[in-house]
Amino acid sequence: MATSTDAGAESVHHDDHRPSFYDWKRWAYSTNHKDIGTMYLVFAIIAGIIGAVLSGIIRWELAEPGVTILPHLVHVPDAMQAQLASGEITQAAVDAYRIDAAKHHYNVMVTMHGLIMIFFMVMPAMIGGFGNWFVPLMIGAPDMAFPRMNNISFWLLPASFALATISMLVPGNGQFPGFGGGWTLYPPLSTSATHHGGASMDLLILSLHIAGASSILGAINFITTIFNMRAPGMTLHRMPLFVWSILVTVWLLLLSLPVLAGALTMLLTDRNFGTQFFEPAGGGDPVMYQHLFWFFGHPEVYILILPGFGIVSQIVSTFSRKPVFGYLGMAYAMVSIGFIGFIVWAHHMYTVGMGFDLEAYFVAATMIIAVPTGIKIFSWIATMWGGSLEFKVPMLWAIGFIFLFTVGGVTGVVLANSGIDTALHDTYYVVAHFHYVLSLGAVFTIFAGFYYWIPKMSGYRYNGFLAGLHFWITFIGVNVIFFPQHFLGLQGMPRRYIDYPDAFRFWNHISSIGYAITFVGLIVFIIVLFDLFLARRRAGANPWGQGATTLEWTLSSPPPFHQFSELPVIKPDPHH
Amino acid sequence: MAAHSDVHHDYHLVDPSPWPLVGSISAFLMAVGGVVLMRGLGPEIENGGFLGDIFNHLFTKGHWPVFLAGTAGVALTMFGWWADVIRESRRGDHKPVVDIGLRYGMILFIASEVMFFVAWFWMFFELAIFHEHRAHWYIPTWDEGVAAAWSSWPPPNVNPFDPFHLPLINTLILLLSGTTVTWAHHAMQQGDRRGAMWGLILTVALGLLFTYVQFVLEYPHAGFRFGNTGETTTANVYGASFFMATGFHGAHVIIGTLFLFVCLLRLIAGQFTPTKHFGLEAAAWYWHFVDVVWLFLFTFVYVMPYLTMQGQ
Repeated sequence: MATSTDAGAESVHHDDHRPSFYDWKRWAYSTNHKDIGTMYLVFAIIAGIIGAVLSGIIRWELAEPGVTILPHLVHVPDAMQAQLASGEITQAAVDAYRIDAAKHHYNVMVTMHGLIMIFFMVMPAMIGGFGNWFVPLMIGAPDMAFPRMNNISFWLLPASFALATISMLVPGNGQFPGFGGGWTLYPPLSTSATHHGGASMDLLILSLHIAGASSILGAINFITTIFNMRAPGMTLHRMPLFVWSILVTVWLLLLSLPVLAGALTMLLTDRNFGTQFFEPAGGGDPVMYQHLFWFFGHPEVYILILPGFGIVSQIVSTFSRKPVFGYLGMAYAMVSIGFIGFIVWAHHMYTVGMGFDLEAYFVAATMIIAVPTGIKIFSWIATMWGGSLEFKVPMLWAIGFIFLFTVGGVTGVVLANSGIDTALHDTYYVVAHFHYVLSLGAVFTIFAGFYYWIPKMSGYRYNGFLAGLHFWITFIGVNVIFFPQHFLGLQGMPRRYIDYPDAFRFWNHISSIGYAITFVGLIVFIIVLFDLFLARRRAGANPWGQGATTLEWTLSSPPPFHQFSELPVIKPDPHH
Repeated sequence: MAAHSDVHHDYHLVDPSPWPLVGSISAFLMAVGGVVLMRGLGPEIENGGFLGDIFNHLFTKGHWPVFLAGTAGVALTMFGWWADVIRESRRGDHKPVVDIGLRYGMILFIASEVMFFVAWFWMFFELAIFHEHRAHWYIPTWDEGVAAAWSSWPPPNVNPFDPFHLPLINTLILLLSGTTVTWAHHAMQQGDRRGAMWGLILTVALGLLFTYVQFVLEYPHAGFRFGNTGETTTANVYGASFFMATGFHGAHVIIGTLFLFVCLLRLIAGQFTPTKHFGLEAAAWYWHFVDVVWLFLFTFVYVMPYLTMQGQ
């Protein structure tokens, strides 16, 4: 396209010649939304593998009753080994130490698995990765509104992840490293010196502060981009649904994360500066932490899934060769999910002993969310109805998502009832529910988006057989992991314990086998990645044919370093 | 920026910049340094050799170097980054559409700041409204006297400030500063640089005066403590929520004053014109936000507990 024919040293940066891949400044100093999106995706893949390994250790330990695996991984301090050698302490004492350490390490792994998957895998992949790549492309903008701020949104994440990692290595609970109080960081586990007196919790607090700052800056950037940089004719009601989904998501980020920042700051001052916000003996209220946390935390779960809704809408429409059914209903369903998401937070806290009327309100409000969610599910099905369906790999993931997310949604309606939730609270039923909406919901949409857009992002086509294999292995594996967990929960098995009675062995064992299957799927995914970049099958501008109507398919694959130097003009869609 | 011949839009494609990376590394150091100051990354290592010595001197409790290095990096980033923004603005990168984007950005940033204060107000209201409810909790360390004491708000041994004394003065100071900053803005729009300068000088002075009154005259005379003093009835959440809410507001006043001061320097340097002075407008928006937060603080944190107590 462009050449550097005109004069002016500063125009060099706006040349469409892509800087070299091996130029470190291209990445470190980047102000290019596609490069930043790529860094987000690489970061998310690395964090996702780490989070997956943590869950693997969890499932390995839970494959059999008893504390069986982790004690063998515990490092016994030299001093203790010397005492054992000199006969000062018995082998039984060392074994007891191993068990204690194993319990704490298990708790740390459960905590970090949750935090890593949420803050360092799903959010960076969906919002940072796909959002950065495709929001500007889909609205016909040359870049984000604040390209430099975009880069600090990314670079704050490795800083935050490094803090979280260091937190696993420094003293946490007494002599044991890391924070093991769960990703929700509830006091008193997160404030009391008897539980976590070490620096690990403080590092985790600041890690989340920095991750939050990253997301708030990103949210400001996306809202400004979508409101201010749409191409001529790209009205709000003509925006692709993925852009709508990101718009709603970042509003939730902007308004909920500062409240988490306040709650985290209170934890920090309770730990270090003698305040007692969450300490009842000083007049404080530990339940108040839960209110503040879940006022953030509930919008957060929609933050994790809404971009996935957008991705699935694009894919279902593309591979049905039809515009999405009920476009405006789909857009405003997301808006209402986002709005209602702010007023249902206490359904995470039915067991704290709040008033009956309040519980009734939160039950009713929570169930209302099933209405816009149902609109989405049925509209996706109606989009497929009568369409020219093509079961390409992105479509497999999207249909898999619709199926499995519905399962998670239905158990969500069950849990919305405070009476039932009182029995099922903190059991594996809850674990099964939120993994159906997250690891089988959100993660499926991430893979769907990955296979849908990787030809655009890389310029290469994936190997269809390997990608299909990845889908089917993962689909079987995750269901074998999580479906039995419904049974365990209904039988009363609590979450976040390293051990369980023998009666729970059977389904736990099945669940762990499911993990092994899923892990094979993950390896196939890594093979897909290698194959993609080694085989170099050219994708062309639009590999999906006439069903793919959004603006990114009008550009080359990969797109030019700076696209839309001539802004596209969008004409009204004849379909509505 | 020399416009590229075939770029036919007014958006600002920013040049590559080191500041995001420098800023992130600095934020990381600042966080680690903060934890080192508060708690230390671990106990001192004995016989750790050279590396052990480094750990003991940098990462055990109370050591400043890491925190200071991070803070210096963050300060450098802020200076360098915003200097770049000003440079880009002056060379014409901020076309009208970019200017609108900056306005969106500032409004959204203030929206997120509002939500940050929501957290502190929420905590304060919870403590203020539901204290009797909590007084009925079973707390092992409480006897009946303590529980009875907690059933009043403000709690016993707390002497709230008389809101119609220094706090009222500060309210008037901030409201006045809201008018002077508006004066500066309108003068700027009229091309009256001299008037704008005086408006800004007065606003900055009033901001400093507010900070002086709050931190120097008011805080040291508080009839309550910030944190736990070991006695249950005085180890109070009243002081904690009061100082955190008003203290964060005070920090925002200082930030706003700095913002206005930078605008004053830019005004004197001739960088603002009657049609292009968004830095000044953003500073004014921020100042009004700080002002409004104060009005809520004054009403709910100063006046209401005081009147409640008068009525008891």
